[in-house]
Amino acid sequence: MRWAGFVAMKVWQALVRIRLSVSTCMAALMVGWLAGTALAAPIQVTDDRGVVVTLAQPPQRIVSLLPSLTETVCDLGHCVRLVGVDRYSTYPASVTQLPQVGGGLDPNIEAIVALKPDLVLMATSSRSAQRLESLGVKIMALEPRSHADVQRVLLKLGQVLVVPNAQFIWRNIDLATTAAAQSLPKGLGATRVYFEVNSGPYGAGESSFIGETLTRLGVKNILPASLGPFPKVNPEFVVRANPDLIMVGQRSADGMAQRPGWSGMRAIREQRVCVFTTAESDVLVRPGPRMAEGARLMARCLASKARGATP
Amino acid sequence: MNLRQASVLGWVLLGLALLWVGLGVSVGSAGFENLLRPLLDPQAAPEQRAMAQQIFFDIRLPRTLGAWAAGALLGLAGALAQGLFRNPLADPFLLGSASGASLGVALMLAVMGGPGSVLASMMGSGAGFTVFGTGWLVRLGLTGAAFAGAVLAVLLTLMLSSGVQHTVRLLLAGVVVGVVLGALSHLVLLWSPESLQAMQVFMLGSTAFVGWTACWLMLGVWGLALVSGGLLARLLDGLSLGEATARSLGLPLAPMRLALIAVLALATGAAVAQTGLIAFVGLAAPHVVRSLVKTTHIRLLLLSSLMGGVLLMAADTLARWLIAPQELPVGVLTAVLGGGYLLWRMQRGRQLGG
Repeated sequence: MRWAGFVAMKVWQALVRIRLSVSTCMAALMVGWLAGTALAAPIQVTDDRGVVVTLAQPPQRIVSLLPSLTETVCDLGHCVRLVGVDRYSTYPASVTQLPQVGGGLDPNIEAIVALKPDLVLMATSSRSAQRLESLGVKIMALEPRSHADVQRVLLKLGQVLVVPNAQFIWRNIDLATTAAAQSLPKGLGATRVYFEVNSGPYGAGESSFIGETLTRLGVKNILPASLGPFPKVNPEFVVRANPDLIMVGQRSADGMAQRPGWSGMRAIREQRVCVFTTAESDVLVRPGPRMAEGARLMARCLASKARGATP
Repeated sequence: MNLRQASVLGWVLLGLALLWVGLGVSVGSAGFENLLRPLLDPQAAPEQRAMAQQIFFDIRLPRTLGAWAAGALLGLAGALAQGLFRNPLADPFLLGSASGASLGVALMLAVMGGPGSVLASMMGSGAGFTVFGTGWLVRLGLTGAAFAGAVLAVLLTLMLSSGVQHTVRLLLAGVVVGVVLGALSHLVLLWSPESLQAMQVFMLGSTAFVGWTACWLMLGVWGLALVSGGLLARLLDGLSLGEATARSLGLPLAPMRLALIAVLALATGAAVAQTGLIAFVGLAAPHVVRSLVKTTHIRLLLLSSLMGGVLLMAADTLARWLIAPQELPVGVLTAVLGGGYLLWRMQRGRQLGG
């Protein structure tokens, strides 16, 4: 099945190269669909716990306990199959109408079972998996953390939901992310960015999801990958690194200028600070199909606030 | 003899503190490094000098002194609590101030940035919060919330125990308030999981953002608490002989206790508000002092305070140093250092005794 997906991708790439028309697009979908049916019955997928999940048929009643997985199911076009979500799943708007079954880490087991799901999607860090499995509920644990994970999870769920064009959907996300990077004015490559996740201060390092987006936008991160994804740094380190631009979520933006020694930092002096709303922060931090939107948000910030950019 | 020992220890602790300030300002995000060189070197590039000056005067110096002040407050509060309750397990957080402060911070975090929060829209202008925001709530901020929470929790404890006459009732009320407010703050966090990480920083304590204002504030409160603690030390000496003896000495127990609790709440609240819940300094400092010298409460208060300051300053410097440019939560180090030392003392004491 790997090679089938691979062939589909190769064909797709070839088609993109020769300026596709509607009919070639259909052809690509056909290839994808064939690849999909080839593994239709029964569906077997290895999840992130290393457990092989076997499903007799594509799931019809899904409960998702992780916002990024909720978004992925919806992006694959099967939002209607969701029958329940965790309380943090807020996108797309339609899922807020669904029954909420607690949080990812503290789900309401009873409420989940009552929904009679034929598949529950959750993070590997959730402790509820065993309990639910012993109650006869099918579990699939997926933990998207990076750009590569977004692709992996999307394709895996595409396989489970038998979405023939999952590969195509991923290509679109990937291309849109690249497009966001290409939309940036030239000469921003030297911009050094500090992305603060939390006023700890925890920053987003190069190896985090946010850091990967920054790297794809072609700007520099003051927190190298060696510090890990979300290091708690000495505030002095940020002052010394003197970033050109600061990106921060609304909730930790207050009082940044009042921190000892920070008012002298170039980015704060010149007001090169982007404050993302809570909804925007959700897009930025969730490793899901809205990855390209996150890249666009950051690109917009860079285009308007970075030194050398014409606002 | 004891007096001499005590004053020697006092001077040693002061000397250590001074020494450690020197070390504290030389340790930062780049590990050990001497910033005085670019500061005093006339040939250094002006940009480099400005940076060195900023890091030295605006960040490291207030932070190091602030760590000392917070430790001193906690050490003092610990000695007060242990004397007041005649219980070696008492610590500054005994009357519920820790959970009160946590609840204050949790509520503040939840209110400030919840999705579609009422406040964000109340603060006006689309973006809501900006880096340059000047709303009263931002000004009051987490520090104010923590302080108010700590003090209110102690008041609640006093109300529940209906006065200060019964030590056991006071202790129980403190435990109850601690548990209930702790549970409430977890509830608040459950509903705004985005603040979990910020909350964790608070719970483990951090001196990362102690500036001059915070530093002076803590030093001021420390001076006040030390003087009033010193004036009330007679009561602690009396209490150490038992409640009946204290009463027979003609000490006005109730008002003095109330005053002591006020000092305790003020000192703890000030430290917690600026640096979060730093574990164990308050508990360990008086024990360490007592294991070194036997003395009256007025000296014990002063020495515990100095000991707490040195302990926290040492822990803070290590926290910055060990995995620079990342930081360890300082509360983790104080627990490991203080706990380790106490265990070692106990072990040695047993060997000597046996």
